[in-house]
Amino acid sequence: MSGGLEGPAPEERPDPEGRRNSQGIRIDPEAEAEPESRRAVLSALVEHEPGVLANVSGLFRRRQFNIESLTVGPTTDGDRARITLEIEEPRPGIEQAKKQLQKLVPVIAVTELEPTAIRRELALIKVDGSAPDQVGAVAEMYDGKTVDVSQESVTVEITGSEQKIDAAVETFGRFGIHEIVRTGTAALERGTRKTT
Amino acid sequence: MSERTTKQRETEEATDAEAGDGDATPTQVTSGATSAVRALENAGIETMFGVQGGAIMPVYDALWDSDIDHVMMAHEQGAAHAADAYNVVSGRPGVCLATSGPGATNLVTGIADANMDSDAVVALTGQVPQDMVGSDAFQETDTTGITAPITKNNYFASDADTVGDTVGEAVALAGSGRPGPTLVDLPKDVTNGETDREPGMPQTPETYTPQDEADEAAVATAAGAIEAAERPLLLFGGGVVKAEASEEARAFATEYEIPVVTTMPGIGTMPEDHDLCLSWAGMHGTGYANMAINHTDLLIAVGTRFDDRLTGGIETFAPEAEVVHVDIDPAEISKNVHADYPLIGDAGRVLEQLDDAMEAGPDAEAWREQCRTWREEYPMDYKAPDDEPLKPQFVVEALDEATSDEAIVTSGVGQHQMWASQYWTFREPRKWVSSHGLGTMGYGLPAAIGARLASDGGEEVVCVDGDGSFLMTVQELSVAVREDLDITVAILNNEYIGMVRQWQDAFFEGRHMAAGYSWIPEFDKLAEAFGARGWRVDDYDEVADAVEEALAYDGPSVIDFHIDPAENVYPMVPSGGANDKFALSEEQL
Ligand SMILES: Cc1ncc(C[n+]2csc(CCOP(=O)(O)OP(=O)(O)O)c2C)c(N)n1
Repeated sequence: MSGGLEGPAPEERPDPEGRRNSQGIRIDPEAEAEPESRRAVLSALVEHEPGVLANVSGLFRRRQFNIESLTVGPTTDGDRARITLEIEEPRPGIEQAKKQLQKLVPVIAVTELEPTAIRRELALIKVDGSAPDQVGAVAEMYDGKTVDVSQESVTVEITGSEQKIDAAVETFGRFGIHEIVRTGTAALERGTRKTT
Repeated sequence: MSERTTKQRETEEATDAEAGDGDATPTQVTSGATSAVRALENAGIETMFGVQGGAIMPVYDALWDSDIDHVMMAHEQGAAHAADAYNVVSGRPGVCLATSGPGATNLVTGIADANMDSDAVVALTGQVPQDMVGSDAFQETDTTGITAPITKNNYFASDADTVGDTVGEAVALAGSGRPGPTLVDLPKDVTNGETDREPGMPQTPETYTPQDEADEAAVATAAGAIEAAERPLLLFGGGVVKAEASEEARAFATEYEIPVVTTMPGIGTMPEDHDLCLSWAGMHGTGYANMAINHTDLLIAVGTRFDDRLTGGIETFAPEAEVVHVDIDPAEISKNVHADYPLIGDAGRVLEQLDDAMEAGPDAEAWREQCRTWREEYPMDYKAPDDEPLKPQFVVEALDEATSDEAIVTSGVGQHQMWASQYWTFREPRKWVSSHGLGTMGYGLPAAIGARLASDGGEEVVCVDGDGSFLMTVQELSVAVREDLDITVAILNNEYIGMVRQWQDAFFEGRHMAAGYSWIPEFDKLAEAFGARGWRVDDYDEVADAVEEALAYDGPSVIDFHIDPAENVYPMVPSGGANDKFALSEEQL
């Protein structure tokens, strides 16, 4: 095989110390720790135009951000919509997600909500209809409502935090769940603080 | 130029005995299509590249009366690459046109290429009429859907009254901030639709507000770090070229005597023969550039996205360095390499800010000396014994010597691309035109066409191509001949898709699966068949004459250099490796 260049071989070269972690952060080799993931809620104000939602979800898919939920709906301004996203990422991932989202031209503003922000999800839970009274009682326990009753099933509506709904789903499990649908998180900052 | 590029139209007009000279008359707006063309005129577009077809015909018809030149390409991929190179060479947006369906999908590679290299390319695509969208109509394809991930932004025009403004916005957006490709999908009912509403001057959307100047406090801190550095290193990326900031970049480097490495797209931002310039770093970059990166204590990176071909394994990249990162795109900050000193803003402006904030340069004589030593220890050199076949490096150097300092070099992708960028000495930006981020074989020839039409001077345009790359877009030679474009294609013909063969030897035990040809066309004759001039060169003593004749020929010429098929590209940092562990020969891999 052909030639090559002159020069000291790799093992003869001076070797620098120090290194970086997989996030490209320069670290003390002694103290490497994989940064932990956390849940973040991002709120994006976007132009209300076709393709925006596809664009946002496509962005999260192709950049492999871990997306937990995504909701979208109109705002008081007919030209704008709000997208709420929950993601589970280490800190650099959350920062990247915000910046990449902000970079989409139809995205007007992006904020990460405070941990104290109001977060709500809605679930419709359809359970077996053999014990409607007990189902009603459990629904009440979760501030829910029975919204439909038939021979075979009872459907309950619950709103609340994700954890509360998880708990409700678990409790209703004992009646036998036929079907379930959840909206994903909608969120706003508390008090007078503006979301975007 | 208009004579060449609008030949066909002009002969027709000549029979009408119309005096088409004098100042450009703006297109009169009567339809969506004329409005779109008017918007391009308003944006100062002079040349575009495309291929006709059903859904885009109204736009082509509107071009008939416009002063914009149109170059009819052989394939839409060629149109997109030509527009891309037009942008790289001139700094002005490159525009390409295609019909719906296959026309649009053929553009995709070129758009993706422009996206990876942040080139301002505007694609206009025809679309079936809106009442047929979604019905799987003839030549319908979801163009905005397909191109969303590879454009800076794309648009589906839905109204003849506003389509001109949309096209204007697409042009303005492509070139502003961090440049990138944009696309406007033009349904036929919109382009055919009547309107007399003239588009306004091209404008970026109100919500698009790239930051020009970096935060003053952050600049002051970064300046302090630079002053205190013992082993500072500047890294100039393609962003410096985009921002027209080479002057500021050079001034900064020379004033504070800080050694410079570039990325491949950043080639030419610093003259490669300057004492401070260590040439480009990365997988096939120089040993001395890579050594400098691995030993610097402060990497001052300007306009680069820390691509993995530059960094190698991120864990081992610049392991001793703090990083100053200047970029106009906040999303690049700490994306791949954590920035200790993030400075968001225009490259030229931020370098001026840094300059203002600096009180003294770093005290780095010992470091500069070390860089000089590395340059001597790891020279970029090759052996060219008489009894071995022609070496590609020799060919590149011969071309460099025979051309002026202004010469523009385009390339395909593979070994030849690396030899061209290693052994050509670039002194100015916008002279090295290549497919960096996407690595698109076939880029070189259509890029040479775009480069030729973008250059206003008589500088040579040379495409250093590979046999495989050339065969991917060879049809564009017909365009170069038809338009009588003075370009020289130098094929470094190793009868292999050589970069693959090199990797097979290094990492797949020499099993040359689908890397060699049992037969390859005679490219000199192929060139002649197209109507270009062709030469074949096998020996050292034929090189100079062929180069001289081809360069002297005023039209497209092709030299088929049959080079040593066994020659490999070195240095090489294996994928994911540490930059200072580059191999200088196969044994070291
Ligand atoms: C469109 C495309 N297909 C495949 C590849 C993968 N690839 C990279 S280099 C290379 C070989 C290029 O061969 P050639 O153009 O002859 O150049 P050489 O390496 O021989 O100089 C291939 C197949 C690519 N970069 N682009």
